[in-house]
Amino acid sequence: MNARKTGDARYLPAGLPIPVAEPDGLSAPYWQGLREGRLRVQRCPACQAWQFGPEWLCHRCHRFDPEWRDVEAKGLIHSWERVWHPSHPVLRRHGPYLAVLVELPHAGGVRMVGNLLGDPMQEVRIGAAVDGVFEHHPDAAPPYSLLQWRIRRNG
Amino acid sequence: MTDRSLKGRVAVAGIGESRYYRHGQSPDPEFKLALQAILAACRDAGLAPTEIDGFASYGNERSDASRLAAALGIPQLRSATMQWGGGGGGCCAAVANAAAAIRAGMAECVVVFRSLAQGEYGRFGQSADLATVSGERAYLMPYGVLAPPQRFAMRVRRFMHDHGIRQEAMRAIALASYRHAQSNPRAVMHGKPLDEAGYDASRWIVEPFRLYDCCMENDGAAALILVDGQRARDFPHKPVYLLGAAAGSGYRAGADPHNAPGYAGANFGTLAPELYRMAGVSPQDVGVVQSYDNFTAGVAMALMEHGFFRPEEANEFLTPDNLSAPSGRLPLNTSGGNLAECYMQGFELVLEAVRQVRGTATALADRADVALVTGGPMVTPTSNLLLGSEAAL
Repeated sequence: MNARKTGDARYLPAGLPIPVAEPDGLSAPYWQGLREGRLRVQRCPACQAWQFGPEWLCHRCHRFDPEWRDVEAKGLIHSWERVWHPSHPVLRRHGPYLAVLVELPHAGGVRMVGNLLGDPMQEVRIGAAVDGVFEHHPDAAPPYSLLQWRIRRNG
Repeated sequence: MTDRSLKGRVAVAGIGESRYYRHGQSPDPEFKLALQAILAACRDAGLAPTEIDGFASYGNERSDASRLAAALGIPQLRSATMQWGGGGGGCCAAVANAAAAIRAGMAECVVVFRSLAQGEYGRFGQSADLATVSGERAYLMPYGVLAPPQRFAMRVRRFMHDHGIRQEAMRAIALASYRHAQSNPRAVMHGKPLDEAGYDASRWIVEPFRLYDCCMENDGAAALILVDGQRARDFPHKPVYLLGAAAGSGYRAGADPHNAPGYAGANFGTLAPELYRMAGVSPQDVGVVQSYDNFTAGVAMALMEHGFFRPEEANEFLTPDNLSAPSGRLPLNTSGGNLAECYMQGFELVLEAVRQVRGTATALADRADVALVTGGPMVTPTSNLLLGSEAAL
């Protein structure tokens, strides 16, 4: 795995909503995986189609209950935004921050949103290679982990 | 005209709205605003409110059809339809659903409306205070992707990247909207003109959206009364017919979070051809457009997907003069729209299209016989419609 653990560092202030699985448990393997430092994406064992977010069946062949596969937490920046206006009380006076949409070419091109670590004023390039960084919050109630991204220096 | 078309089958009998307010400024609650708009539309049509037998809305409308029917003393409620999801994407579909009910003989006189008091129920630009989130929001909100500006900026950034679209194109849409609002006394931004320097100096909300790229947050209500097309001449105003309508989205547009194959677009790829086919018109026949402006770039996407220009022509086409009434190439959002008239989640745009065809708009287009409305871009389902005069049938 390219991803590194970061201990208790956090990119955004505490107090934003905490992600939890739905009552029916659809995404529970994903969120549990992040807590273990593993990135999991659904893949259909019958037709090999990847999909994210999770669903109860494969969108291509309609086989129920796609498998969860561990995939490497790395990808390419598909798009990005620099957020200035606080849309939540805990972000007031926090300053700008970066969100990125990362495409995973080795997992069918599925995309996921995270923050881009480092200087919030850095120049961001669509297509840049990034590596995942797990951000763990074991003391939160309930505990959870996020997946953040960092520009790959040697890539 | 095939038997399954809506073309010419329904007509607009009346339109009306409450006063439009900045969020939190309405002295009246949302439901009362809805009643004010409906009664204004009845007055405009010269119809007794008791003739209403249906309601249609969208965007999780809170003013419930049965409560409205009871409050208005309506003797028989026959149709009550809500378009699923998509927020402002439903603003045209609500009209289409009402039209379909009338066409099918299931209702005679349907009110299509939207009431929205963000001061009373919460601003769209602020996130609700939630301890935990699941489903689509769980993949976004913990990363600070909370409210619509953050939810759409990455789609827009990718759209600009793919087609080389410049910030000036976004600015042109804002400037045309504000220009039109200056002649519209209903507009919240009436008397507050915007120029290039004002746009360029405005703060970033989230790059690439400046303040003036984003719609307002308002209190108000807007309503329209739809009747059978054969009755179109029975009302005080010039007849306005529905020429066509379409709703929905393309392949896996709802693949959350941010996994739609058509990510960097507005979701009109499948709808525009259907709309033009039903109406029997082409983009060249459209004289004026009201295009849902949650963000300026969403308008650029929608116009492109409706065939008004090719991607490589966007920067050249999208200029304030081209988009201005009366004689620009394509007068756009002639009431000021969501940016500068009032954010009625797009329903003010539908009313403005009626005014254009009637010839009563405050910024009237030279060619207003065929008026296009496009609903909320980048959402699913979205929708669109075409209105036209008798000459356009």
